[in-house]
Amino acid sequence: MTFRRYLILGAVMIGASVGDTFLSKGMKQVGPVSLHHLLTLLIALKNPWVFSGIAFLILFFASYLTALSWADLTFVLPATGFGYVIVALLSKFWLHETISAERWVGIALITLGVGFVTHGPSYTNHNHPDTDDDSDADSNPPELTTAVKEERSA
Amino acid sequence: MNLSGEAAVWSMIGVIVLLATAGDVLLAGAIRQIGDFDVIRSHSGLKGAVLAVLHNGRFFSGVLCMALSFFSLLFALSWADVSLVAPASAALTFVTNAFAAKWILKENVDGRRWIAAVCVCAGVFFLNR
Repeated sequence: MTFRRYLILGAVMIGASVGDTFLSKGMKQVGPVSLHHLLTLLIALKNPWVFSGIAFLILFFASYLTALSWADLTFVLPATGFGYVIVALLSKFWLHETISAERWVGIALITLGVGFVTHGPSYTNHNHPDTDDDSDADSNPPELTTAVKEERSA
Repeated sequence: MNLSGEAAVWSMIGVIVLLATAGDVLLAGAIRQIGDFDVIRSHSGLKGAVLAVLHNGRFFSGVLCMALSFFSLLFALSWADVSLVAPASAALTFVTNAFAAKWILKENVDGRRWIAAVCVCAGVFFLNR
C-alpha cells in the first residue's frame, strides 16, 4: 500500500460520511416525501445541503471506483465504515458532543475491523470467470488488459 | 400505505441494502474487467481511464442500482432518522456484500475479512445506540 492509496481510501471515508450528513440535513429541511409525490425527490436536489451532499458523494464515488481497481470489494468496504469513526471523533473534539461508552466500543470495533483487513492483501488471487467470455471485456483495449495482468503478476 | 411503522422503515432499509449490494457487486465486477486505473492512466492517460469505464455495460447497470439505492435512501431519510437508516443500511450491506463478494465475485473472503466485516457491522451498531 502506497501513501497515495491510503489517501484514496481516506477520500472514500470522508466523502461517504460527510455526504450522508449533508444529505440528512437537507432532507430534514425538505420534509417527508409522499409515495404519491416522488418527484419531490428531484426538487430536493435544489436544496444546497442536498446538492453539497451529492458533491461529496461524487468524490466518494470517484475514489471508491479507483480503490476497486486495485483492491477487492471486501477490502474497500470496511474502510468506508471507518467514516463513522471520523464523524464520531469530529463530533467529540470539534462539536464537543458527549460520546457514550457504547460509542467508544463501536469506534474500537470498527478500528479493529479496518486494522484487520488493511493488514492483509488488498487484492487476492482469484479467477476471473466473467472476464474472458463476456462481451464487455471486448471494449477494453487488449494492450491495457495485458498490461494490467503483467502489473499484477509482478 | 402507512410508512410510520417500524416495519415500513425496516422494509425501506431492506430495499436500500439490496440495491446497494447489487450496485457494489456490479461496479466491482465492472472495474475488475477494466483493470488497475493507475496502469491504464500510465498507458492512455486520464482520458483513456475514463473511456475504459464509460465503455463498460456492467458499470452502467451498477450505477443504475446505486442511483436507485440513493433515491431509496433519500426517501427513507425523509421519514426516519439518519442515525437509524444510514448505519443500519451500511452495517447490513457489509454482511450482504461479503456473501456476494464470495459467491458472485469469487473473492477469497478469508477469516480475516469475515472478522473485519463482523467487527465493522457490530461497531456501526454500537456507535448508534
